[in-house]
Amino acid sequence: MSRATITSISGPVLHARCAGAFAVGEALFVGAAGLLGEVVRLHDDFLVAQVYEDTTGLKPGDGVDGSGAPLSVRLGPALLGGIFDGLLRPLGGDDSGADAGLASPFIAPGQRAAPARRFAFTPAVAAGQRLAGGAAFGFVAAARRLCCLVPPGLAGEVVDIAAAGDYPDDAPLCRLRDAGGTVHALAMGQQWPVRQPRPVARRLPTDAPLLTGQRVLDTLFPVALGGKAAIPGGFGTGKTVLLEALVKACSADIIVYLGCGERGNEMAGALEEMAALVDPKSGRPMAERTVIVANTSNMPVAAREASIYCAVTIAEYFRDQGLDVALMADSTSRWAEALREVSGRLGELPGEGGYPAYLGSRLAEFYERAAKVETLAGETGSVTLLGAISPQAGDFSEPVTAHTTRYVRSFWALDAKRAQARFYPAIHPLQSYSEDALAVAGWWGEVHAALPALAVETTEAAGNDWERLRRRVLSLLDEEARLERMARIVGKDALQPRQRLTLLCAEVVGEAFLRQSAFSENDRVCGPQRQALMLRTLGAFLDLAEAAVARGATPEAIAALPVLRRLQRMGEDIREGDPAAFAALAAALQAQLGGLAATEGEHAPAP
Amino acid sequence: MRPRLSLRHAAQRLEGPLLFLRRSVEVGYNEAVEVVGADGAARLGRVSAVDGEVIVVELLEAGSGLNLGETAVRFHGEPLHFGVGPGLLGRVFDGVGRPADGGAPLPVERRLRIDGLPLNPVARATPRDFIETGVSAIDLMNSLVRGQKLPLFSGGGLPHDRIAVAIARHARLRGAGTEDFAIVFAGIGVPHDTAEFFRRSLEESGALARSALFLNLAGDASTQRLLTPRFALTAAEYLAFVEGRHVLAILTDMTAYCEALREVAGARGEVPARKGFPGYMYSDLASLYERAGCVRGRPGTLTQLPILTMPSDDIGHPVPDLSGYITEGQIVLSRALDRAGVWPPIDVLPSLSRLMKDGTGRGYTDADHPALASQLYAAYARAGQARLLASVVGEDGLSDADRRYLDFGRRFERELIHQDAPRSLEDSMRCGWRLLAGLPRSELTRLSDAQIAAYLGGEAS
Repeated sequence: MSRATITSISGPVLHARCAGAFAVGEALFVGAAGLLGEVVRLHDDFLVAQVYEDTTGLKPGDGVDGSGAPLSVRLGPALLGGIFDGLLRPLGGDDSGADAGLASPFIAPGQRAAPARRFAFTPAVAAGQRLAGGAAFGFVAAARRLCCLVPPGLAGEVVDIAAAGDYPDDAPLCRLRDAGGTVHALAMGQQWPVRQPRPVARRLPTDAPLLTGQRVLDTLFPVALGGKAAIPGGFGTGKTVLLEALVKACSADIIVYLGCGERGNEMAGALEEMAALVDPKSGRPMAERTVIVANTSNMPVAAREASIYCAVTIAEYFRDQGLDVALMADSTSRWAEALREVSGRLGELPGEGGYPAYLGSRLAEFYERAAKVETLAGETGSVTLLGAISPQAGDFSEPVTAHTTRYVRSFWALDAKRAQARFYPAIHPLQSYSEDALAVAGWWGEVHAALPALAVETTEAAGNDWERLRRRVLSLLDEEARLERMARIVGKDALQPRQRLTLLCAEVVGEAFLRQSAFSENDRVCGPQRQALMLRTLGAFLDLAEAAVARGATPEAIAALPVLRRLQRMGEDIREGDPAAFAALAAALQAQLGGLAATEGEHAPAP
Repeated sequence: MRPRLSLRHAAQRLEGPLLFLRRSVEVGYNEAVEVVGADGAARLGRVSAVDGEVIVVELLEAGSGLNLGETAVRFHGEPLHFGVGPGLLGRVFDGVGRPADGGAPLPVERRLRIDGLPLNPVARATPRDFIETGVSAIDLMNSLVRGQKLPLFSGGGLPHDRIAVAIARHARLRGAGTEDFAIVFAGIGVPHDTAEFFRRSLEESGALARSALFLNLAGDASTQRLLTPRFALTAAEYLAFVEGRHVLAILTDMTAYCEALREVAGARGEVPARKGFPGYMYSDLASLYERAGCVRGRPGTLTQLPILTMPSDDIGHPVPDLSGYITEGQIVLSRALDRAGVWPPIDVLPSLSRLMKDGTGRGYTDADHPALASQLYAAYARAGQARLLASVVGEDGLSDADRRYLDFGRRFERELIHQDAPRSLEDSMRCGWRLLAGLPRSELTRLSDAQIAAYLGGEAS
């Protein structure tokens, strides 16, 4: 391998004189401790590299070894249920934390090789069979059944294959002779360069939603399997709580959770919770469907830049097995800041906000890796990307948010006002949008069509119930914002009864449907059937209330009805799989609202 | 600290806090140095860049009095370390860990790197032990737990120091007597009277014997401010994770720290990010704040209470903004409440404790505590809307419900936020239920029917 000698060092950036050939993007081992780095620039016989670890103590004259390959990670069955640093080196697994010295629970820089783990292997092919890139040559029983894939780009004839049994994850199990006659040894896992997207047969159109269990997202601003969503919000608006709720409840097969510049205590909390939770789909611990990549805010900043690529590479690896994968990145702003810091040290001309001019194209590259695909082996899989953004001072016009909005299809804006009133999830319904709503309308329409109609619903409405009700709720919220502004000038009492009703209905929609406590036993997760029933019950309420006001009842009389409290607490009080309770609630709504008529003392406008 | 190499007559340039030396010895990046001038005084510094010809040293103490000809530099051969040992408590140190109380030097049991190392998230234990501070706005609304980092966002002229002292004095686990919290106080660029206020208050309450003070006063070198919190936190980590104590670290004023960071970054000619602050300020602040926590299998904990003053009361200023993204919540002080005579003037709406969910509720405080806090938040936010409306259309133009909220808002500030003496959590909760009793039952959607029946009874007239 090539060697180089350090000539200067400042922070995570070093210059070195090369004695051999290096390539841009090549991984490096720096100094005696073998700190991981990457070549970013070459000129004449000098290289510039960024180092992913603390460079304290490095000095001119120290050696740099080239690895001959771009920055790569090892993908395999050992990933599931694990926690790794930004360069995919395991953080857990050994019990060194029990040691008495102060240094042990801390992470010292330097190489930490992943220990080999053993898994049960079953061959899927026999000698003599021909295999193409991306095909499975065997199966592993890890936390779930996984495939052993032929690396993309390789194809050939199986020379021999190991018998079923337990093997270490790095042992060669299958030998493949390619067209040129070269024999390749394949193991359960494989290396893949993180900055290079893994190839697929073709991209597929998105048509099904990634269910998050959050009503405001699934019903109002859905994201499709293979879609991409951004979650911008100032500090304290609940980004992390929301993302953690999605990690626990979303309908993907595999979750990759990237804590990028994240708080250590929150990671510890998430780990503890994940270990205790059970995945309702498989009945296995939730941790087993999760891969955690943690670069906490005090871990080296350059590794933060690489961590996002590591995480998306893992997601693509599981996608290639025909699984639906969701990647939650918290937060992409910290990644962008790492980019900015390294760019500054390289002396590049800063663009907007000090960020390098290529911020936009890097974000585009990242979000482009979200897709629903047909894998090389012909299966269907998807990667859904959900990226949190921490805009400076909660200002959505800053560069990271502004660039991201151009590439995502769902935008979930978090609102400080709502968060202050502890109205969670604090998604602002007017600032958020979803371009995937059209794509998943068919899926949701079927959910609604399969449900029994509530007795009070007018059945004449044709077409897609989900689309109709969703549109209705959104326009109601839009109207509310306009009226609130007006009320602030003329006072609420000066509004027309219909307008006052709009304000009341919007409040009910907020409390009954949009608000959802992440800590409530019943309401933490809301399944699609229950969401649909709640939406229909609300629709019935809107119809009945409008009819009552048309008959002359006052909105204040409606607000005073005892059934309203039941309606607003339906999320907390009615469990999953109890359609009868919604029918009963709808009947109560009809009984109480239907009984309202013009009241004697119509509320007179204030003088 | 055993000086390894020294260099004389090598100084080429001295620009603000940066000293440029001709390189003729082998030194590593970030190594600690001592710069000795003609006056014989040693000033701490560190290597901030090194190449074939030049070593750039960042002076962390005042550079005045140095000249190029007679400056000698001693290299430690390692990054800055702090020798700590038993007997830390009850002592006063200067900003770089030298005794400033005239006492004997500290017996050194361990030499620890002041930058610390990142705590492995896997080795962390989730903070769950509720700390009763005696302040209703914190205990009831934004609970603090052991191992949390919860800053006070304040402004010039607001009583953040008094609040910090009140918390330090009262802080205890529920049911226990005065919890044996060791207090580590880092004064970062604070005026002498502030430092004296803390020292005197701790002395009066008898807490000085379990406190260690690290003082960088407003008149001391500004670059030294980059070291003071690191020395203090190194001592705090030693007390927590080696001696097994529960440590409360008070860091004030983080804004002065950030200004020192900006000063040094400017001298280095770095590209600034926002308001002249360097782009890595987030990571730099995180390297301090993240040193709070609990470690699995160790008895001690480290809780941080940083104080920062928001320039022009602007919460969007980079210092509070970046801090808020790292810390586990924030306690925000309000000038309006302070003027109205409310003590402590805590504005609960923008305040938040992220770890409250882990340390409150059944098995931790009271099963109904989270619902009560959530309902109080909803009602107080609604009171704010009613207040806004009233300022436009007048109180008479409000509906009956809005008037009741307006009244709730006033009583919330005067009866719950304001307090003359420390309160137990039970007293705070009783006060909360009493205030909610004045609101229409049908509006209390965050409470279950059972909670309403148990605490509030029938409809208020």
